[in-house]
Formats: sequence, structure tokens, C-alpha cells
Amino acid sequence: MQTTHEDQINPSAFPPKGIWGWINHRTGIDAVLRTALYEPIPGGARFAYIFGSGLLFIFISQVITGVFLALYYVPSADHAHTTVAYITKAVTAGSFLRSLHSYGASAMVVVLLLHLSQTYIYGAYKGRRELLWFSGCVLFALILGMAFTGYLLPWDQRAYFATAVGTSAASEVPLIGDGIKRMMRGGTEMGTLTISRFFVAHVFLIPACIFSLLASHVFLFRRAGAAGPTDEDPYQPKQKMELFYPRQVLMDLSLTALLIIVLGVLSFFVPVQLGPAANPADALYIPRPEWYYLPIFQYLKYWHGPLSVVGVMVIPGILVAAIIALPFLDRSTERRPWKRPIAMTSYAFVMLTLLGLALRSQYLDKHDVGVAQQLAKQKAEEIDYTSKPFEPELSSASLAAANVQLADPQAAKGKAIFEEHSCNACHGDGGVGTAAAPRLVGESVKRSPDQLKDLFAHPTAKMTAGGMPPIDLPPDALKALIAYVESLK
Amino acid sequence: MCAWRQDSAISHVQTEADGTPIQSRRSFLGVWVGVGSALVGSLLAVPLMRFAVFPLLRRTTELKRSPLGPVDEFAHLTEPVICTIQIEQVDGWRKAISEKAVYITNDQQSHLCVLSSVCPHLGCTIPWNKERKEFVCPCHGGRYTADGTYVSGPALRGMDSLETSVEDGQLMVRFQYFRQLISDKEVVG
Repeated sequence: MQTTHEDQINPSAFPPKGIWGWINHRTGIDAVLRTALYEPIPGGARFAYIFGSGLLFIFISQVITGVFLALYYVPSADHAHTTVAYITKAVTAGSFLRSLHSYGASAMVVVLLLHLSQTYIYGAYKGRRELLWFSGCVLFALILGMAFTGYLLPWDQRAYFATAVGTSAASEVPLIGDGIKRMMRGGTEMGTLTISRFFVAHVFLIPACIFSLLASHVFLFRRAGAAGPTDEDPYQPKQKMELFYPRQVLMDLSLTALLIIVLGVLSFFVPVQLGPAANPADALYIPRPEWYYLPIFQYLKYWHGPLSVVGVMVIPGILVAAIIALPFLDRSTERRPWKRPIAMTSYAFVMLTLLGLALRSQYLDKHDVGVAQQLAKQKAEEIDYTSKPFEPELSSASLAAANVQLADPQAAKGKAIFEEHSCNACHGDGGVGTAAAPRLVGESVKRSPDQLKDLFAHPTAKMTAGGMPPIDLPPDALKALIAYVESLK
Repeated sequence: MCAWRQDSAISHVQTEADGTPIQSRRSFLGVWVGVGSALVGSLLAVPLMRFAVFPLLRRTTELKRSPLGPVDEFAHLTEPVICTIQIEQVDGWRKAISEKAVYITNDQQSHLCVLSSVCPHLGCTIPWNKERKEFVCPCHGGRYTADGTYVSGPALRGMDSLETSVEDGQLMVRFQYFRQLISDKEVVG
């Protein structure tokens, strides 16, 4: 028998012992686990390093809860809100799972900021870690994209108007802004095509990008190695190594446990509300984004008129470029924050500006009586709507839906004849059609009243074979019946 | 993994200062971490499973009773009276409302009973023929007496009676569909 490469380096593993030994021999799972768990950390395990795996945990949780929510969700302007109401009000544990998914999105942003801050403050982007940092930046943008696209999907007032403002903001970009806006909306206005686009982005496109970037992010991290504490050399670590398992694993798991407890308790005791269905005609509604978009929302308020190019393009462009290029701009091996005054001052400046903008937005809302009242009213409407029992959507095949008020008395008379003569037994209530006989709705487009009259008196062979008898009615009644069939649109 | 510095990493995996065999202590902890994660994981799976099986544990069509009117009104019937009821069929997050005609009549023991107007042959709505004092189906000529008993025609049984009850003096009926073209009355929904 030919010996494999693995048998040569580890002869004791062959022949494999037991089920685990067999699985291991076939998969090499032990080696995978060893690689995963025995990652060396210079300077030892620390609580400062727990945020990356925390993010991974929330991401997995979002994927699982998201897949389950998709069991009942329908991405169309007609049904999105009803199906989310169904999930929230009717389905067992639906409100809990939806809340987990919604709070999970916020938790993702929080832990993301912590992860980014830790990397930045510890100077962990230094030492041949440019691509690692860059993939992290793209992941940051993708996660904000997930938050933005997911927010619209419930199609309630809050979701609709926040996205209307969010997509309008894109049109501030010179030249291509309007194109971007229309691309996102699937047209000039928000509508069912907007939901489709956001749904595809939220469920297929962005997650696919996140999966692949996440894989490369982890790969690049393992390739470069953990950076360790701030007094460690980013190129050639010199401090004593400690393996990832067990102490760092336990520290990481403590964050996971904390996240499970906080998200679970919040979702159970303070479930996320669902507002009334989106009403584009509501001119009074004041849109407000989710907390993590408040700084951008407030910032954009200051830029209008000819200077808006500077505010919308130039400043954010420079900021984004600087963040992405950071590992190239900052080439020193110094990682201690107190020896990096420029880096730390810029960090504090950006963070405080974001915080200041968010607080300013909140302050303005609280101190404008009209706005504060309207926002309070909107909140009360959400609580009120959520507390009402679920009302199923009336199906379009329903009699009540087909029973639009018949304005023509002749048609109304015809409807009575239609039912009296059991036409509805085969052609369905309101002529919607059944398995036994075709749909009559829309007949008026195909046939004139005279053609119908002729067909009623002399059914085709196919009609007779299907069980349709010739209609023998007094002339008035026949006229009424034809008027009714013609009215079915 | 890390090509340019892997040499420094694995050197002190084997022993620790106090000389405890690390491997066994680690696998003991590993078992606890594994068991703990499995427990927490299965706990978290409970709401997911309840969410997924929700439609299975719920009756798809709620069997609601529809009111027909005060029972006294039907005390002295001379012939079957037609009455339209609305039935609501719930399908997940949507519902369909349809109208169905039923007949209030007396059975052979002169007790009040309610008949479905759906023909047990192929499902046409059967009208009451005043002149012939019979139910005559317009589709294939099935004939039934005022209490729904089969007289002639292609059907294999008489008209179907529906479950009734009296609540606060109101006659209530539970509408159901029955399988057509068979001699036994078999509920289909």
C-alpha cells in the first residue's frame, strides 16, 4: 500500500483508531483544528482582542435569523408589510427572532466600531498588514450596506421614509448622483422595484461579498499573525507567545455570552416595533435614520447649494481615502498610542465629530416643539400598530375583492343571475376562474357583447365538452348577464 | 500559516512551568467548552424551531360558525329558505372571503336543518324549484326533496346537511365542503 504524505510525517496516525481517527484520517480535521486553535499570540491573551470573533458570532447569528425570517417574508410592496406583521404578531417566536435580527444589526455596528478602534489604537495595521486593513475597510462598508438595505424591508412608515431620504442623499453626488439614486430605487420613485433591489442586495449580493471578504480577512490575519500589544514589534514579534486556545478562546467566548444575554434579554423584553404600512402620501411624516446613520444624516443637513460638492464629495472622499491608505501613510513601527499624537488626535477628532453630529441631531429634534410632537406621535402609532392583532391580507381571488361596487344596475342584476344559475360553481366567484372552467375576468377585452351573446347561445365543442350548457334566458336577463361578464375587469 | 515567523510559535506547546501534562488538561477544558457551546446552541435553536414549525401546529382553516338569523324566524317553514353566508379561509398571512348559499329547511323528523347548496355531483349551486317543490340542479338535472333526500340524477347521495347550533337564539352553521361523486359524505375542508 502506498503511504500518504500525512502517514509519513505522523506514522502513529495510521492505521486510524476509532471513528474520530477514521474521520481525521480522511479529512485531516485535527490539523485544521490545531491550526485554528494554536494560533500564537505575542504577549499573551487579552480582552482587547475579543472583538473580531464577536463580530463573527453576530454575523453568523444574523445569517441564521435572516434565513428563518425569509421563511415568511415576501419582498414586494404589496405583501412585505403584511408578512412582517405576520412574523411579528402571529408566528410563534417571530417577534423575538425579528428583534434579534434587528438588534443584531445595531450590535454589529457597535462591535465593528470597537474592533476598528482597537486595531487603530493598538497600531495593529502596521507591519505588512495593508491588505488586512483594506479588507477590513471594505467589510465595514459592506456591513453598513447590510444595515441600509435591511432597514427598508419591513416597508413600514419608518423604513419607507428613512430609505426615501437615504436614497435621495445619493443624488447630491454631482453628475452621477441622480443615476445612482435611480439605480438604487429601480426608477425615479420608491416602489415595489426598490424592495426587490434592496432584498437582492441584502440577501444575495452583499452577503456573498461579506463571506468572501471575511474569508480573505481571516486568511490575511493568520498570514500576518496577531500583532500583539502596543510595545511589540509589528514585523518581528519578540514577546513570549501564548496560543489562542485556551485563554483567548475563553475570553472571546465571554463576549459571545455577553452578546447572547444582552440581545436575548432586549429582544424578549423590549421587542422591536412595527409601524403602520408605508404611506407615501403622508406629507407630515418626519423621517429619522437608525442611530448609526444619524451623524451622516446631520452632516448632510449643513451642505446645500454650490458648496455641497465640498461637503458631499470632497471631504468624505478625502476621509475615506485617508482611512484606506492608512497603512501606507503611517509607515513607522511605533505602535504606542502616546507616541502617535497625530494618529490619536485624528481618531479623537473623527469620533467626537460623529458623536457631536448625532447628539446635535437629537438635540434639535428635542427642542423643536413641532418636530418633537410629530416624532412622539409617530412612535405612539408604531406602538399602537404593533399591539393590534394581526389582520390577514385579503387575497385578490377573494369574493370581496372581486365584488367591487357594481355601478351599473344592469351588471348588478347580471351578477345575481350569474350566482343563481351556478355559473360561479365552475367559473368561480366573480368569474376568477377555477380548475373546472376558465377565467371570465377580462373577457370584455377579447369579445364584444354580441360575440358573447352568440357564444352563450351556441357554445363551442370545447365548451360543451367541459360541461358548459347553452344558456337559455329571457332577453332582459341575458342582456344583464352579458353586462355583468363585460364588467369583470 | 505565517511563513516568515512560524519558527518562534510552537516551541513551548508541550510543557508548562508546573509540569502538568498540558494535553490532558486542555482536552478536559475542551470538552467543557464543547458541551457548553452545544447546550447554548441548542437553547438558541428552540425559538428557531418553534418559528419554523408554527404553520404545522396551527389549523390552516379556522372553522368558524356563521350566523343565519334568529331561530324563531325559521319555526314555521313551508319550503326551504335560501340564506347567504360569508366564509373566511385563512392561508398563512392572507385570507379569502367567499359567499356560499345554504338552505334552511326541515328534515324528515321536522327538525330544523341546514343544507349545503353545493351539488354532491359536481358542485353546482342547486336552486329550489317552487313549482316542482324540489331541488333541481341546473347543470346535470339532479333532483332532491325539500329535506335534501336524493330523488334522481347522476349524484350518488342526497344533499349534504351542515352542522348547526343555536347560540343566544341565533341559528349558527358551520360551512364545510364535501367530496363530490362518492356515496359517503366526506369532509374536504
